[in-house]
Amino acid sequence: MTAPGAAWVAQGGPVIPNFGEGSDCVTENRFFCPDWVRDNWSGVLQPALVEHVELTLIAVAFGFVLSLAAALLTHRYRPLERPFGAFAAVVYTIPSLALFQLLVPLTGLTVTTVEVALVGYTLIILYRNILEGLRSASPEVLEAARGMGLTRGQTLWRIELPLAIPATMAGLRIAVVSTIALATVAALVIPKGLGYPIFLALREAFNTEILAAGVLAILLALVADALLVLAERALTPWSRSRRVA
Amino acid sequence: MSGVAAEIAFDRATKRYPGRAESAVRELTLTVPAGAICCLVGPSGAGKTTAMKMVNRLIDITEGDITIGGRSVRSLEVTSLRRGIGYVIQQVGLFPHMSVADNVATVPRLLGWPKTRIAQRVDELLDLVELPADDYRGRYPSQLSGGERQRVGLARALAADPPVMLMDEPFGALDPITRARLQHELLRIQRELHKTVVFVTHDIDEAILLGDRIAILREGGVLAQYDTPEALLERPADEFVARFLGLDRGLKLLALRRLDELDLAPLDGVSAPAADGSTTLRDALSQMITLGTRSLVVLDGAGEPRGVVTLETLTGTPR
Repeated sequence: MTAPGAAWVAQGGPVIPNFGEGSDCVTENRFFCPDWVRDNWSGVLQPALVEHVELTLIAVAFGFVLSLAAALLTHRYRPLERPFGAFAAVVYTIPSLALFQLLVPLTGLTVTTVEVALVGYTLIILYRNILEGLRSASPEVLEAARGMGLTRGQTLWRIELPLAIPATMAGLRIAVVSTIALATVAALVIPKGLGYPIFLALREAFNTEILAAGVLAILLALVADALLVLAERALTPWSRSRRVA
Repeated sequence: MSGVAAEIAFDRATKRYPGRAESAVRELTLTVPAGAICCLVGPSGAGKTTAMKMVNRLIDITEGDITIGGRSVRSLEVTSLRRGIGYVIQQVGLFPHMSVADNVATVPRLLGWPKTRIAQRVDELLDLVELPADDYRGRYPSQLSGGERQRVGLARALAADPPVMLMDEPFGALDPITRARLQHELLRIQRELHKTVVFVTHDIDEAILLGDRIAILREGGVLAQYDTPEALLERPADEFVARFLGLDRGLKLLALRRLDELDLAPLDGVSAPAADGSTTLRDALSQMITLGTRSLVVLDGAGEPRGVVTLETLTGTPR
């Protein structure tokens, strides 16, 4: 069994404290040094941010596709709810550090390891929300659809899927925000994402870098959430406020 | 199967559920003439909704048959059968994520009508149900009142001009004023369109108002009597029907006729309170009671006295 620390040690190699260079602020390791952020934006922070976005997008995209497929199957074959739900719940309970360690022997210190874990954590929320959304069409609506001669497929495509959007988007928001937070832990396995500068800085207790990368992760989560809210509004014009003329 | 109304014939149509001794509908045989409204009434458990849903096969017939315009409902593919039958339910079941126009366009779209024809048809139907198209087309169901929703439900059911309409207590959830308004609009629309309508209600007054024919069902889905409202009120077949019609069935019968329709006694200088010729006999009787008089002078459309109606004429009317 590899010790949890081995991954980043193996990847990162020996770390040399770097507050020797740069401004007084940096040398004295004050709380926050804007000049360090300026100097290291394009070399450290920006690439880490881009990698972080990539890690998150891939994880949520795969998680979404898997959850949608599972939810559609469950919607059609109800008995699948227990096994699917239980699987997603069990995966969710595995601590991320342990999950990485379980996966490293199989998939190595690779992006795959990270993504498998991140995807795993999105399943429970996405699966449950999409399923709840698919079930949100009221009995009257379904009866009207049937009575007017919509086939099962037409009912799914024209009625149930659109009505599942609000619950699905709520699930996506939680999944995206929690994946952005969780993806910082990916630095245990690979030198990518906003977690990597945080890890390096933690070992030197370098305040500015920790703070800058941490704040970037938070801002990223807020921006992503806001974008999803806008997307939801665009996709669900019917749920906007009740305008009565 | 579109346009012209078609006769609906139930031929010993029976619905039994497995494991239940009593049938939900038992050997129901009745014919709804093309262009007529047939109200199915009866206590709960009498199978009126079941009988209606057998027409568009939301419920499958166990034995017997139902034909529309001579064709068995079983001979058609179920989705195309349903697309040719307007369907209106109490809770309306508008699609909440679609605008009023898209809701109304549902069946025409399924039938693959061209876009321009659909848009034109939607406006035409919104006009018909008195929702100005420019104002209502783009609204969502959440932005409508209960009465407006059921108007849209009616427009949606009429969209592809089906010869047959099934209506399951469509006005049951509305307040009395809105209900009365929609009942009269349905009658107005029916005068224009002449659909063959099967209308389920538990409200006998609604059935008398709307029905050209009324079928009264009893527990176990057995037909107790099938007749015109007048015949039903005048000659209930048995105690069950009489009780279902209520002790005021004499008054209900009076409500079906207007003073205009009576042979009036000559004026002969009688002085009595006046009543318009369009007054129902029931309201005329009520007026006599209120005013403490035994006769009323009946006025014609121009307000000129036409003759006299007496208490004896009224009480004699139902024979």
